[in-house]
Amino acid sequence: MIADLPLLSLVIWLPILGGLTVLINGDNNIWVRPLALLVSLLTLVATLALYVGFDISTHQMQFVEQATWIASYNINYHLGIDGFALPLIILTAFSTVIVVVAGWEVIQYRISQYMAAFLIMEGLMIAVFTALDAILFYVFFEAMLIPLFLVIGIWGGPNRVYATLKFFLYTFFGSVFLLLALLYLNHVVGSFSILAYQQAALTMQEQIWLFCAFLIAFAVKVPMWPVHTWLPDAHVEAPTGGSVILAAITLKIGGYGLLRFALPIAPDASMYLDGLVISLSLIAVVYIGFVALAQTDLKKLIAYSSIAHMGFVTLGLFIVFRIFANSATGSGAILAVEGAVIQMISHGFIAAAMFLSVGVLYDRMHTREIGDYGGVINTMPMFAGFAVFFAMANAGLPGTSGFVGEFMVILAAFQANFWFAFLAATTLILGAAYTLWMIKRVIFGEVTNDNVAALTDINRREFAMLASLAGIVLVIGVWPAPIIDVLHASVEHLLTQVSQSKL
Amino acid sequence: MMNQSILLVIVLAPLLGSIIAGLFAKQVGRVGAHRAAIAGVSIAFTVSLWVFKLVVVDGETYNQQVYQWLQAGSLSLEIGFLIDSLTAMMMVVVTFVSLMVHIYTIGYMHDDEGYARFFSYISLFTFSMLMLVMANNFMQLFFGWEAVGLVSYLLIGFWYKKPTAIYANLKAFLVNRVGDFGFLLGIAAVLMYAGSLDYVQVFAQAPSIAEQTMVVFSGTQWSVMSVICILLFIGAMGKSAQVPLHVWLPDSMEGPTPISALIHAATMVTAGIFMVARMSPLFEFSETALSVVLVIGAITALFMGFLGLIQNDIKRVIAYSTLSQLGYMTVALGASAYAAGIFHLMTHAFFKALLFLAAGAVIIALHHEQDIRKMGGLKNYLPITYWTSLVGSLALIGFPGMSGFFSKDSIIEAVHASTIAGSDFAYYAVLSGVFITALYSFRLFFLVFHGQERFEVSDGHVPHEPAAVITAPLILLAIPSVVAGLFVGNMVFGDFFDGAIFVLAEHDVLAHHAESYHGLIAFILHGLMAPPFWLAISGVATAYFLYIKRPDIPAKLQQRFLWIYQILDNKYGFDNFNDKVFAGGSRLIGRIFWRLGDQVLIDGAMVNGTAKTVGLVAKVARKIQSGYLYHYAFAMILGVWLLLTLFVA
Repeated sequence: MIADLPLLSLVIWLPILGGLTVLINGDNNIWVRPLALLVSLLTLVATLALYVGFDISTHQMQFVEQATWIASYNINYHLGIDGFALPLIILTAFSTVIVVVAGWEVIQYRISQYMAAFLIMEGLMIAVFTALDAILFYVFFEAMLIPLFLVIGIWGGPNRVYATLKFFLYTFFGSVFLLLALLYLNHVVGSFSILAYQQAALTMQEQIWLFCAFLIAFAVKVPMWPVHTWLPDAHVEAPTGGSVILAAITLKIGGYGLLRFALPIAPDASMYLDGLVISLSLIAVVYIGFVALAQTDLKKLIAYSSIAHMGFVTLGLFIVFRIFANSATGSGAILAVEGAVIQMISHGFIAAAMFLSVGVLYDRMHTREIGDYGGVINTMPMFAGFAVFFAMANAGLPGTSGFVGEFMVILAAFQANFWFAFLAATTLILGAAYTLWMIKRVIFGEVTNDNVAALTDINRREFAMLASLAGIVLVIGVWPAPIIDVLHASVEHLLTQVSQSKL
Repeated sequence: MMNQSILLVIVLAPLLGSIIAGLFAKQVGRVGAHRAAIAGVSIAFTVSLWVFKLVVVDGETYNQQVYQWLQAGSLSLEIGFLIDSLTAMMMVVVTFVSLMVHIYTIGYMHDDEGYARFFSYISLFTFSMLMLVMANNFMQLFFGWEAVGLVSYLLIGFWYKKPTAIYANLKAFLVNRVGDFGFLLGIAAVLMYAGSLDYVQVFAQAPSIAEQTMVVFSGTQWSVMSVICILLFIGAMGKSAQVPLHVWLPDSMEGPTPISALIHAATMVTAGIFMVARMSPLFEFSETALSVVLVIGAITALFMGFLGLIQNDIKRVIAYSTLSQLGYMTVALGASAYAAGIFHLMTHAFFKALLFLAAGAVIIALHHEQDIRKMGGLKNYLPITYWTSLVGSLALIGFPGMSGFFSKDSIIEAVHASTIAGSDFAYYAVLSGVFITALYSFRLFFLVFHGQERFEVSDGHVPHEPAAVITAPLILLAIPSVVAGLFVGNMVFGDFFDGAIFVLAEHDVLAHHAESYHGLIAFILHGLMAPPFWLAISGVATAYFLYIKRPDIPAKLQQRFLWIYQILDNKYGFDNFNDKVFAGGSRLIGRIFWRLGDQVLIDGAMVNGTAKTVGLVAKVARKIQSGYLYHYAFAMILGVWLLLTLFVA
């Protein structure tokens, strides 16, 4: 049976070892690119095997692997996935394939290191989503930063040093608190098992300290207002592949951390401080929506749009307490959490597609300024079709994946408070305004200058990349049930956890 | 028997046509593209007729899910179809007008390089609109709602090189999104209080929802039903272009004329009207909401009509006429005369599509001239266009016997009988609107077809009637523009919409009216003696006098009443206000948040400030770490001394 194979270890170590092989082979080997693609595709297939073998009827961890790592401290190599982790793992594997394809011709400098960095990062990120041991989680959580740091630092833009430092210090600042919290919990429960942490009996005061530590650590990742300013800088300097991974996966680790640690470990503190998180989320939606409107740099605009969209994730996760208070049936709360998770998945695909589209333009024109473009549709009609499609998905048009999460969270938010829904729903206007205004200035109109006139439309490789993303965005939008069904058991379990007071 | 397969054929045939024309245009070529699109819509139309027959003659209804979109807890969101008389009528109207426009497009867009793309879009529109009207739940309704908005965006900006077109499509989409914002909140409210998004389940709970109240602003209790209905109606105001969300519709005329006919006159803009009628089981329980609907509709009907009087672009005159007529439909909804509103929706779809397509024929004949001051005397050159336009115009002004007469008269009578707050104002608004309608319609008609020939003839190319693919749809639309009124007995005063539209007994203004209904002839004879007829006649007469007999007078009037003219010319200032306050204001807020919030406060003070503080501390600390042994020895002695004095002594 699939469930008995050590599939999780496979999807972690296959890309890491594959990445090392690519690295050893060096830049001059003509097999660097095909090998990297092969590794990423095999990993994707393996993650799909996880989906096939996954039992959606239980919230229990599946594909569990456990081995002693450091016996003296009772630290274990403990892996397992539930409905929250599975879609994020598949997203990671898929995004890596896209990134390998995206870098195919564009990256000429140190190609083997570039491909290796992304493959190794893939293994580390999947490990983060599968780790059930706190120390294991923390190690991967930190290790993941190193390849990303290198990607931005080596292949990044002119201001990359500032951006990498800001990015590294910001996230490192957050993770110090995470480590403290994890160590404290070990002290309480006597093991590093994350599942045991979730059972830990904690006083209100303990919970509040722990909650704040988790919130700081993961809010930086999400990123939530006001600790978001690293993201636009990092995106602007990152190469296309770096932006794709940053937007598609690393931000999701923030959301994942909140629902894996903050909510089940400190449910009472989460309830006590939910107003804080809700406020920050709504600020992200409204304030950041306006900020995105003012951007003149394509990547910054999409980066800000990412922050606004991630606001729906944190909003969905933390309105559940208000919904419980307002209605007897829990279906609104389920809607909220499932909406938050599907929003993460959807944003992974859409943001990846948006950054790839900017990459397609940047590779040709070497500028990200909106003002340097205009009338791209005249010379790149096929690309323009994709750009408009992804813009509509970003604006949350029904029939695309971007709609599903926003719709669910807004419906649920109404059950928490009219004004939460009111503010969240402004994204309908703001999201459409900043995205379509950008499209108007970049894509439509007469050809504005000679550089645009000289553009050539996307080639087959770019077409394959964008078309596969468009297909997924469309399928999820038309039929989200296959993903949502994976979540049900885990979401219900999480809601049971958060609705039971530990006091 | 109605079953899922035939309903799926209706929606999927246009979708398939759209995909073939859009994605495989290179493979199938121009002719292949239009054949695929027209075949899809023809199938949809034919099968819709069959479904109409099943519903109307055999009395069948259908309400089934196609597939489950997703399930969350006890909530199931589905794609499904609800087919009753209201839906069946909409399906026939949508597919018929769409088919006419498809055929017309072969001629109108003949020389356009985006030929296949255009067919793809209008077929996609047909699919979206059918999904909207056939929905059996709010989720799918919203899906269709936004999808038609998308296609409208694509089509207004079809000529993407024109700056005005890409301005207009962005504006249209954003203004519609403002409406959708309210609409989505309305749907969320429905879900919260009904626990379901399925029409039948929601409607069943309407009476109990009507008894609840909720807090929107702290300290005040609002009727839940009023909140729901007003939020939903905000959505309708966006799509059906009611004041103040009407501003996008006139600008949408930047798109090619066939879509002005199909989307921005006959079908999409009536989605809001359809939606409110569909939601009649909810609206009936909130007189507050009905009053809002009534007053907004009356304002739109009257004041948008005035704007039609001074426009010189042939399409814009008809666009303002559309706004005004949408106002009439909305008024009917507010007066609980849903059937009359829907009936007017249907007749209007025929004659307004006709008028737009006729305008397109004129535009083509004059080589894309749209200014009516540069037309005139076209009667002799374009006989088919002339006569069909006359039919359309007479129907529009409600000339007795024409389709528009029955629908409009029913609305006016219904509002007259209504007792809801605002109904007096609405009555006089729609009544004076009749005069205005006749005046702007025949101003257009006379300026285009009669009087002096003011167009330029280059190289002896006199205007000539366009090809048969253009004139045939005009004739085919002219027929229902005349005869569709025959159904008034069934649709407005009969039981046609029973089960689809719900009216509380105390609101039932049409029932009262139905008692005095004694057949078509009596209706017409009664109409000849009623004020609307005389208002319409005097409107036509005034137009004749001003634009044929004494064409010098309008200019003088304009000089004399310059301030009124300027108010109208500025469209009451809505556009300026929106541009400055909403568009400009949002950009300003964005810049302030970004520069001040993100860059100065967060990055400047917090992030880089922290870095600077760390740097400063390090600078001081570095001084201490001098590396000289005697400094460290001195510090150590000092430390030991401090410890001793503090703890030992």
